[in-house]
Amino acid sequence: MNNYEPNERGYWGEYGGRFVPETLVAPLDELTEAYFSCRDDAGFRAEFDALLRDFVGRPTPLYYAERLTDQLGGAKIYLKREDLAHTGAHKINNCIGQVLLARQMGKSRIIAETGAGQHGVATATVCARFGLECVIYMGTEDMRRQELNVFRMRLLGAEVRGVDSGSKTLKDAINEALRDWVTNVETTYYLLGSALGPHPYPLMVRDFQSVIGREAYEQILEKEGRLPDLLVACVGGGSNAIGLFHAFLDDPAVRMIGVEAGGTGPALGGHAARFLAGASVGVLQGTKSYLLQDANGQIAPTHSVSAGLDYASIGPEHAFLHDEGRVEYVSASDDEALAAFKALSETEGIIPALESAHAVAHVIKITGNMPRDSIIVVNLSGRGDKDVNTAAEYL
Amino acid sequence: MKRIPEKFASLAADERKGFIPFLSAGDPDIVTSKEIVLTLANNGADIIELGVPFTDPMADGPTIQASSMRALENGVFLDDVLQMVREIRSEADVPIVLFSYLNPLHRYGIEDLAKDAAAAGVDGVLITDAVDTEAVEISNMLSQYGIDLISLIAPTTTDERLEKIAASAMGFIYAVSRAGVTGAQTETADAAELLVRRARRFTDLPIAVGFGISTREQIEDVWKYADAAVVGSAIVAEIERSIAEGDTLDRVRNFVRGLLPPFANRAAEP
Repeated sequence: MNNYEPNERGYWGEYGGRFVPETLVAPLDELTEAYFSCRDDAGFRAEFDALLRDFVGRPTPLYYAERLTDQLGGAKIYLKREDLAHTGAHKINNCIGQVLLARQMGKSRIIAETGAGQHGVATATVCARFGLECVIYMGTEDMRRQELNVFRMRLLGAEVRGVDSGSKTLKDAINEALRDWVTNVETTYYLLGSALGPHPYPLMVRDFQSVIGREAYEQILEKEGRLPDLLVACVGGGSNAIGLFHAFLDDPAVRMIGVEAGGTGPALGGHAARFLAGASVGVLQGTKSYLLQDANGQIAPTHSVSAGLDYASIGPEHAFLHDEGRVEYVSASDDEALAAFKALSETEGIIPALESAHAVAHVIKITGNMPRDSIIVVNLSGRGDKDVNTAAEYL
Repeated sequence: MKRIPEKFASLAADERKGFIPFLSAGDPDIVTSKEIVLTLANNGADIIELGVPFTDPMADGPTIQASSMRALENGVFLDDVLQMVREIRSEADVPIVLFSYLNPLHRYGIEDLAKDAAAAGVDGVLITDAVDTEAVEISNMLSQYGIDLISLIAPTTTDERLEKIAASAMGFIYAVSRAGVTGAQTETADAAELLVRRARRFTDLPIAVGFGISTREQIEDVWKYADAAVVGSAIVAEIERSIAEGDTLDRVRNFVRGLLPPFANRAAEP
């Protein structure tokens, strides 16, 4: 256990907490209690680990991207292949954990929000596996961008409800999921998909995703006999990044970089880079963190070519790691992500999700300045099949 | 004496119960919404709940979401709402409670808000998404400037929490009638009555019931066991209809007169 635990109110430093309507306070207390009783329970952990192994296919490989490394002529680049997890992204790790918890709590109906659709697909998958009713909220703009995932969710027996309010993206889907939860809280479990929202979600999602970093830690020691110099992951809400970073936080020699969506440029509304100059702190959807907002405290519209990074706030633990200086945060533009999408496809035969392509884009930018014997581990958080239509519009 | 306790004291003295309408400031526009407040005050409103527009109203149903969006499209923000209250104060002394999400208030600065809201004549602030321990500092800051942070309770609130909330509550307590978002319904759940009776064991403060109240029958039902009834979405829906059909103030006046029993002693326009 390291020093990166939140306090009992779910705060990392000044970030986090639980900003919800009164109706949700008791259910969140109940959830927190249930989670903490499972967290260190050997039976719960054994069931979780067995499903990760046999259903998800873990451990996912740590793959040396030899051609990309040779072509860029810098550090050795390893890819943590979350794209090879069942359903094609890291999202399923958290879904397995939370569905086990929901079952423990006696909830029969699962609701979730989704942006890119990967969390929705993973939720629908695990609900199918356990025979649970499943409703997924998704912005209609995202449904358009991620048509394939909408079909997959329906095939898996989930009901996909389009959300037409606001920007019609992830933020609006979360609002609608919260409205459902507050209405049906007796029977319903809200399976939040990123390291966001009110306590205990950011902690719980981080814990369930931290398997990524634990595996990578062992794998790199096995392959290279030492820890990497740098970890790189894309950051929307921040679950894949915190999942990779968490196991390495106590090793100060390991640098970490989170890559946000730089979109079309730094004007407010054109990106989803919460730490960009002029960044401010606010409260959205249950948590206090960095937030894209205007001078009146209204939430700013965001843009990214990747639906999964297109969100106005960021998980509270990232806000804390940013202020502590433990993790650096940068951004990659739409164009840079698309170039990386193409580059990785061509050099390695791996089509990355557009989200993960942001992390690859940053590696392409910096690796040339790193010594040949240095090591980078990139979280390839998902595969890009879902993005081929979007990419075809641009490339 | 502050306006909210004074109002409930005078209601009690008259053996009457309270009526608390809600509207979003700035819907259909800032000038008309100010006139709606004055019309409500002259037609039986005991307290006004004034919604501060926000882009992401997660506790609201479609009617109030749309109303909030119209107000934002009109460029109405917290400073405009405070200015509106200032103007209302020269014409009416009806108690006013701001109904807001935390982020616009947080961005404005809680101390600045407390100072400016007190100067404008705001009596209470209700923050949908700042409850429990997250509300303590805010409540202390507001009360330094004489403003009550109105506490919410809900059917899911445990007795243990009711006791805690009652111990620090000010002005009145807002009981959410059912698990759910705002929005008109035809029946008020038994859950509301049960909640009010549970809360009564811990507090002598007035208790208002809101969420889903849209008819005279529901108001009269709430008045049997609580001190005041809040009507939000039903009034906002009238305002929305008037955008296409006109005569906003007449519509609101007629609607509210239809909601309230014709008390002889209730102040009303001739």
